[in-house]
Amino acid sequence: MDTFEVVQPGPLTTVQDLGRYGYQQYGVPSSGAMDSYALRIGNMLVGNAENAASLEITLFGCQLRALQDTVVAVTGADLGVTINGKPAPQWQAIPVRKDDVIAFPRLNSGCRAYLSVAGGFSVSPVMGSASTYVRAGIGGYEGRALRKGDVLRTAKPMRQPAQVPIPHRYIPAYGNRITLRVVLGPQDDYFTDEGIRTFLSSDYTVSTQADRMGYRLEGARIRHKAKADIISDGIPLGAVQVPGDGLPIILLADRQTTGGYTKIATVISADIPLIAQAKPGDTVRFRQVSPDEAITALREQEKMIESVKLLLH
Amino acid sequence: MPGGDKALFVEFGDAIDPAINLRVKRLMQAIAGEKPEGIIEAVPTYRSLLVYFDPLRISLSALKDKLYHLAQPQAEDTTVKPRVIEIPTIYGGEFGPDLEFVAEHNHLSADEVIKIHAGRPYLIYMIGFLPGFPYLGGMSSQIAAPRLDTPRAKIPKGSVGIAGNQTGIYPVESPGGWRIIGRTPLNIFDATREPPALFQAGDYLTFVSINLEEFARIQEAVAQGKYVPKVRAME
Repeated sequence: MDTFEVVQPGPLTTVQDLGRYGYQQYGVPSSGAMDSYALRIGNMLVGNAENAASLEITLFGCQLRALQDTVVAVTGADLGVTINGKPAPQWQAIPVRKDDVIAFPRLNSGCRAYLSVAGGFSVSPVMGSASTYVRAGIGGYEGRALRKGDVLRTAKPMRQPAQVPIPHRYIPAYGNRITLRVVLGPQDDYFTDEGIRTFLSSDYTVSTQADRMGYRLEGARIRHKAKADIISDGIPLGAVQVPGDGLPIILLADRQTTGGYTKIATVISADIPLIAQAKPGDTVRFRQVSPDEAITALREQEKMIESVKLLLH
Repeated sequence: MPGGDKALFVEFGDAIDPAINLRVKRLMQAIAGEKPEGIIEAVPTYRSLLVYFDPLRISLSALKDKLYHLAQPQAEDTTVKPRVIEIPTIYGGEFGPDLEFVAEHNHLSADEVIKIHAGRPYLIYMIGFLPGFPYLGGMSSQIAAPRLDTPRAKIPKGSVGIAGNQTGIYPVESPGGWRIIGRTPLNIFDATREPPALFQAGDYLTFVSINLEEFARIQEAVAQGKYVPKVRAME
């Protein structure tokens, strides 16, 4: 079914699900929603499987026209969503009529909003996923970001959308200052003690070089003992890479699968949505936790998502 | 070594060494064979395997035990010979604009460069940088050449290049600074194929020099989906 026409694409709007797994060994990044929490809740609200394909809408400017009646949910960043110019609620299922225009006109907080639709967006999966990897033209809508005039199809809804909004405590607040919890390693031994202290005690600023591949930060330079290069190894999601210039780069969904720079730490899974919603100019601090604490935080986040699921259905 | 809470690095050494890489490959194969519960995927590199896992399905300690067990050498290992995949390549001319440079730089003729580059096996240590880009070991230093000062904006898909002591193939069109000496008509990476790459880490590649007619014929067969890559066991 043709469900939406793109009136304005905005700076970067792509189809994403929870990512592509099993192909990093062939050099294919996992991609997927930068903020998986927002994507999963959005899909639950419209009665989809958590992994259904949704739109990831970066910053403001995107406008879509409905080609038929449907139900959507907007989660993640607050981009001042409107329907026919009137403010619409986020984090709940909202009915949309044929010819309604959904717009994302301004940036209030966060960086990426997710539009989930009943049934999910329908694109041919590539290597088992609907996610778009723009750099290599893989997946999503013709392997690219959406353009004006694109017509988006959706699949048949499987179940009823949620009748209630989700309680406030499950809605993240996106501030301009975030603290990211990290597990040190795998190459923290390449840094001086002073370098590690600098990393864990400085305010960093998100630079303008921040995209789905990674976020370059500006601030205090982190000192290596000797060299910044390693024999290339794999790059986990959230890896904090520090090249020779001493400035950290947080590697995210579209990161390359392998790399040859030292990685001082990894952002814990539960905090990936926080950095995904940060934008240039925001302040980032790092706080060290143990691997056990990281897993506890992940378990708590999964419990929250389970609770939302129980509340909605 | 931990890579956060969902990834673990299994390191076998800190060198570019075929023996270390072989241990990486064997652990990769053991995981692919047994598919242990909770392991999502693994990424083999020069000297380590990055294992992605779901900590809510397998604990870190259980995962470490499992990997330790799988990393133990198996008796049959010695009998399995690695694969060698032939990469037909047309050298020089419009397909290899830097062949003359590489020859002059090393005081060789173009034919001598081709003779040294083709016909020997290169170990694929890992795939990365671009989807399907092989990091190859084993190139002769006799044909080494520096990168371009200014990278080209577009290097055609299938281009075979040299950078320093390394050789490689561009799996997709991309900007790049490698010295391009030839091109293969093979689709070394195809997102719609399963698996998408023609080879995997731990295999060997060998370049086979072809002429223009052979290039055209293979290109046609590839386009029709009729080309079967030549694969043999390592001697």
